[in-house]
Amino acid sequence: MSELSHLDELEAEAIYIIREVAAECEKPVMLYSIGKDSSVMLHLAMKAFYPEKPPFPFMHIDTTWKFKQMVEFRDRKAQEFGIDMLVYANEEAIKLGVNPFDHGSAYTDIMKTKALKDALKKYGFTAAFGGGRRDEEKSRAKERIFSFRNEEQAWDPKNQRPEMWKLYNTKINKGESTRVFPISNWTENDIWQYIKRENIDIVPLYFAEERPYVLRDGNIIMVDDDRLKLLPGETIEHKKIRFRTLGCYPLTGGVESEADTLDAIIEETLSAVSSERTTRVIDSEEIGSMERRKREGYF
Amino acid sequence: MKSLLKFITCGSVDDGKSTLIGHILYDAKLLYADQKRALELDSRVGSRGGAIDYSLLLDGLMAEREQGITIDVAYRYFTTDHRSFIVADTPGHEEYTRNMAVGASFADLAIILVDAKRGVLVQTRRHARICALMGIRHFVFAVNKMDLIGFDQQRFAKIEAEIGALISELSLENTAIIPVSATEGDNVTKKSDNLPWYTGTPLLAYLEAVHVDNATDEAGFYMPVQRVCRPNHTFRGFQGQIEAGSISVGDEITALPSNEQVLVKSLHVTDKEVKTAQKGQPATIQLDKEVDVSRGCVLVKDANITTGKSFLSTLLWMDDSELTPGSDYLIKLGTKLLPGFVTEVKYKIDVNTGEHLATGSLKKNEIAVCEISLCEKVVLDEFKAHKTLGELILIDRITNMTSACGIVDSILDDERNRSDRVSFEYQGLKARGDIFEEFYYNTDSFSLAKYKPAAHTYTIGDAIPVIGESYQYPKNLDILVLRDWTAISLRDQKITAIKSIDDYEYTGVPISNGRGFAINVKSENELRDFLADYQKVNDENEAELLNKWVSFDTYRRVIFHSNYWEI
Repeated sequence: MSELSHLDELEAEAIYIIREVAAECEKPVMLYSIGKDSSVMLHLAMKAFYPEKPPFPFMHIDTTWKFKQMVEFRDRKAQEFGIDMLVYANEEAIKLGVNPFDHGSAYTDIMKTKALKDALKKYGFTAAFGGGRRDEEKSRAKERIFSFRNEEQAWDPKNQRPEMWKLYNTKINKGESTRVFPISNWTENDIWQYIKRENIDIVPLYFAEERPYVLRDGNIIMVDDDRLKLLPGETIEHKKIRFRTLGCYPLTGGVESEADTLDAIIEETLSAVSSERTTRVIDSEEIGSMERRKREGYF
Repeated sequence: MKSLLKFITCGSVDDGKSTLIGHILYDAKLLYADQKRALELDSRVGSRGGAIDYSLLLDGLMAEREQGITIDVAYRYFTTDHRSFIVADTPGHEEYTRNMAVGASFADLAIILVDAKRGVLVQTRRHARICALMGIRHFVFAVNKMDLIGFDQQRFAKIEAEIGALISELSLENTAIIPVSATEGDNVTKKSDNLPWYTGTPLLAYLEAVHVDNATDEAGFYMPVQRVCRPNHTFRGFQGQIEAGSISVGDEITALPSNEQVLVKSLHVTDKEVKTAQKGQPATIQLDKEVDVSRGCVLVKDANITTGKSFLSTLLWMDDSELTPGSDYLIKLGTKLLPGFVTEVKYKIDVNTGEHLATGSLKKNEIAVCEISLCEKVVLDEFKAHKTLGELILIDRITNMTSACGIVDSILDDERNRSDRVSFEYQGLKARGDIFEEFYYNTDSFSLAKYKPAAHTYTIGDAIPVIGESYQYPKNLDILVLRDWTAISLRDQKITAIKSIDDYEYTGVPISNGRGFAINVKSENELRDFLADYQKVNDENEAELLNKWVSFDTYRRVIFHSNYWEI
């Protein structure tokens, strides 16, 4: 008998968690954000139940500001895998013209946090899988795999349920819910190694390619459509860039890179001098901003 | 391929746990530039007068930074040239002991910090005890703040002796004691010149090299069933994670608790069809016939795993509300979730001295041995034999809080003990000693109950107790244990022969069966007839055979009693 590799161990842990939720939770859903972590999550869900399809739907919270290639990718994958993909957007806020340029941090609260809470409530989901990893951010490093949320969907970091061995407590009362993070213990590097090993399809934006962008507050912001208005002094530049994480294009900074293959990406990740979330504009706003969002119901 | 080590840091408040890990990450150049910059910025406003406060790397919650303490367990991931690590940094305050236990249940190794100025404290002992309880088998005692005692070898030797006493008290097997300074970095990632008298390796080098044996000594194969996979009417697979051993297509396995023998028809590991699967893998197993298997059942092979309803458990109480015996909880054990009762708190364990203390209830952060009764039989085992089937949590039925975690120490109605607790053995022959069972009429449940005496093996020459509470045998008796086809001759209370029934000769001495019921035969011919009838017996006509030949009340009677387990 040979020892399992590090990746095999992480995969087994994630599959165990996903199966536990399917077996014990009343109405689960898997949040799908189209990013690399979501691609890994979808892949794990397909493997966990094989030859059965995942016994729960997937859901994308659409801010309508995602990269075009992300939306195309989402629809193609849903069809390819034959899975149920729900798309939810905060239509009210869209009508009011809420956008990432004018509304700053309120934009994330309204288009992501509120939309997510509304969507979970609308469908009555009792458990939602997320692709959060503990290596991403300090408050995430403290979160349980099964993260209990009260009726307001808020996280209470000072009073988390103890989580012992693999004995996950999925019990909730009416109105309460659970967020479940099966890849809590994966690092960014593990994600890339796994994508390579399993030959998982990811959005092309992760690979370096010549793309149009502007330099704004030190961030490389891709000009994905004409909703991005140039500010005085800004010019559109063209260089080989890629993205380490994917979100709303005006809020996602790219990096200059030559990495256009998985091996090159892995090489770059291993020698990176900054953590991946530095390219997310929201995290650096203030100390504890992620914890505040999570307390309010953000993933 | 690099191996993975999961470890925790624990110890009392301000022993420097977070600082130690922060220092490893910082020294080993495992931080990203932005994390390092943020740390340097944060430290300027911190308590070390601008010097780097490594603990800020780990205390991620706002309340933790405000109060300067660790409240909940934080996980950190790092890789050196030799190994990958996941470290759970745990809180030191007694108040947050349960969060420390969460980290302990996850880890293979524990670093227990001991403050060189203060020595072994109550909290040090509590944490070591909980780590041992949760199944950690490797311990490093890091004697921290050596800089504050001037790297004094004598003082260290004194603490080493205190730790040594704790190690032997808890019977910890794989241990190391390393003097360090987490703030200054002595013996953390590199050997310190300040500690020339210490000849061992520094901490990180020890962690990189320590061999944590993941291949435990659990017997056989077992897989608790998580769910049944039924994509269509032709496929019915049982999904779960293999907890020990390996399994191959064609193997005969047992489905518990139904105890049905079945063959493995097909095997998948995730989405790949395979011939063999092993410990740690997520499997889908198809069987050759329809069996009664659902979530909570366990598939086993050569594992000697049993079923039971009632067991002794060492519990760590984690809820703000106290345990009171008799209250019911949801109990999760393996993949089974069912109602159960804590019927009795046997005794509390003093975390400091290990002393057993009488108690009727249990408060947060206390450890106690309790008796638990489940509403139905489940598949389980002792924690030390099959870990996954010996771990449990108690869930409050109203608040849904995880109120306690615990391990199965011993099973009170263990079926494995039923058949052969007492036995007769001689030269390869072995027969069960059911003649010593006591029969009771349980006045609580209005039903017959029986009790098995403690295990004992008798052989030729031994005297046996012929008088019990509910039996009295003649001093000369031949016992025919039919199920084991063995005859035991008793002369003047002593065993004079143990042989196959094939070699047994009737001599006119009274005869009983294996349970001490008289066999009413008066001659060799009658015995031959009886044995011939027995050879033809099956499940349906066994009672008929007994009614014809056997009487209960010749040597036995039923005693009125309360509190014994039902038959």
